[in-house]
Amino acid sequence: MIRLKRMWRNKALYLMLLIPFAMLILFRYVPMYGVQIAFKNYLPSDTISSAEWVGLRYVMKFTENYNFRAIVMNTLIIGVYSLATFFCAPTLAICINYLTNQKFKKTIQTVSYLPHFISTVVMCSIILQIFDARSGLFNAFMNLIGVESRNYMGMPGAFAHVFIWTGIWQDVGYASIIYIASLASVSPEYHEAAMIDGATLLKRIRHVDIPCLLPTMCVLLIMRCGQVLNVGYEKVYLLQNSMNIEASEVISTYVYKQGLTQGLPQYSFATAIGLFVSVINLILLVTVNKITGKLSGSSLF
Amino acid sequence: MKNKNAIKPCLQDRVLLIINTILMILFGIIILYPLLFCILSSFSRGSQVMSINIIPDTWSLEGYKAVFEYKWIWIGYRNSIIYTAVGTLLGVMFCVFAAYPLSKPDLDGRNLFMGLFVFTMYFGGGLIPTYLIYRSYGLLDSVLVLLLPSAVNVYNMIITRTYFSSQIPTELREAAFLDGCGETKYLFRIVLPLSVPILAVVALYYAVGHWNSYFDAMIYINTKIKRPLSVFLREILVLNEADDITSSMDPDALASLEERKNVMKYALIVVSSVPMYILYPFVQKYFVKGIMIGSVKG
Repeated sequence: MIRLKRMWRNKALYLMLLIPFAMLILFRYVPMYGVQIAFKNYLPSDTISSAEWVGLRYVMKFTENYNFRAIVMNTLIIGVYSLATFFCAPTLAICINYLTNQKFKKTIQTVSYLPHFISTVVMCSIILQIFDARSGLFNAFMNLIGVESRNYMGMPGAFAHVFIWTGIWQDVGYASIIYIASLASVSPEYHEAAMIDGATLLKRIRHVDIPCLLPTMCVLLIMRCGQVLNVGYEKVYLLQNSMNIEASEVISTYVYKQGLTQGLPQYSFATAIGLFVSVINLILLVTVNKITGKLSGSSLF
Repeated sequence: MKNKNAIKPCLQDRVLLIINTILMILFGIIILYPLLFCILSSFSRGSQVMSINIIPDTWSLEGYKAVFEYKWIWIGYRNSIIYTAVGTLLGVMFCVFAAYPLSKPDLDGRNLFMGLFVFTMYFGGGLIPTYLIYRSYGLLDSVLVLLLPSAVNVYNMIITRTYFSSQIPTELREAAFLDGCGETKYLFRIVLPLSVPILAVVALYYAVGHWNSYFDAMIYINTKIKRPLSVFLREILVLNEADDITSSMDPDALASLEERKNVMKYALIVVSSVPMYILYPFVQKYFVKGIMIGSVKG
């Protein structure tokens, strides 16, 4: 009774919540209802609920597909590679933190997050220009140090490197902001005490700075683990070409091509692949979250 | 002045600090060099292929001329500005209307609602079901498909909520209500004016997202005149479909078709990035704050 009264008193709040909540249902939850076509034989003439159930047929079709191994491998390579470079941002934060000249420190920080605001399309075109075989800046530089010009965008072996390192170039500065802010919150007394006790710079990094960064790093790392198979299709798709396709076809771009660009769209097949990835990501996220929660006490939920 | 008693770093530390400074200078160069290269190349005549020299031999505005004469770029530009403005407004409204009620500790069912919002951050329908459902709403080829679904951004909503519950004192609400202020009035007259920093950050996130997105427009929008700039950029910059645009450039001024295309591309890269960098200094000071709030567990 008290509860109902309180809810009535808060009616304005519920009314306010109604619009965003309706949007959430319409644009996020209803599409989840559509996921069932992964287990149905959905034809363009069907409605979602009327299609005929076929169980795991399309998931099996994907795992038995001759492309399956290659595509999953490409996705994993890029995903794990980007996970391995996760430590660039905290490292950069520590480096910036130890710059003694305040003006220089500010400048480097501002410069470091400039590229973050470049859009994906423009970023990819910059990449294509810089790595161009004939007129690219990168080849010009490599010529200087005595390496012959190569068409890096046409080399399957180079794709993951180009993709990951250009990503770092674009986002490392922005990603480091959060670490720089937490380093700034470390009381200088810790450093002074450590120095009086004779700690060298490296020891202070090891025993003062890193422990301070760990909680933040844990949370962000957990989130990244839930994204390992979620290689952003926007950038991969733009950098793909017929020469590097054997290394650049990842699950998300494959889903897009199967589902929306074919003359006869394979909706169910593409949905099944997408669902397969979402479920694996979710499992990874929950597992990693459990493990880090046990180990260090910091977890997402 | 630094205090005199400050402990002098030992030799090893001083060497490390110098190495660190050098590394950071290198890092700055690596970040800036490609950017400057793009900007300065856009003012060149395209004659310096295969060189790491970034200062053009001869200055020219041919690239910009070609960009400005291509009408689709202007249509795309106009569309993108409209979509970004309206989309950002809708997004901020979504955030405020969801975050404000959910920031109230005495709202019944708050945890349930929160759970429903947060769940969508980790699981979604995926590309194809989303496409089919939006199609069944009749959103295909409609401008609304670019504006409405992207307003639902749970991450932005959570940082707004965290700000409301941590930065706005609850006493303020009690005082306002004692003076006869209602819920909506309180939100618009008191909470929002106090929340400018977080609104600026969230608006920036939405604006950058809208300005930069191409994928949704690519799959949902078929009518050329409704397309945002990013879709035209993709055609010209990535797919290289720029023959009709470079033909308008003075053929004598620029050596070959290839070079003309290159100069035009660099000019286009600059022109299309300008709006975000105009916005950037205004919100820069709120960055750290926004990111820090976002890092607080929701």
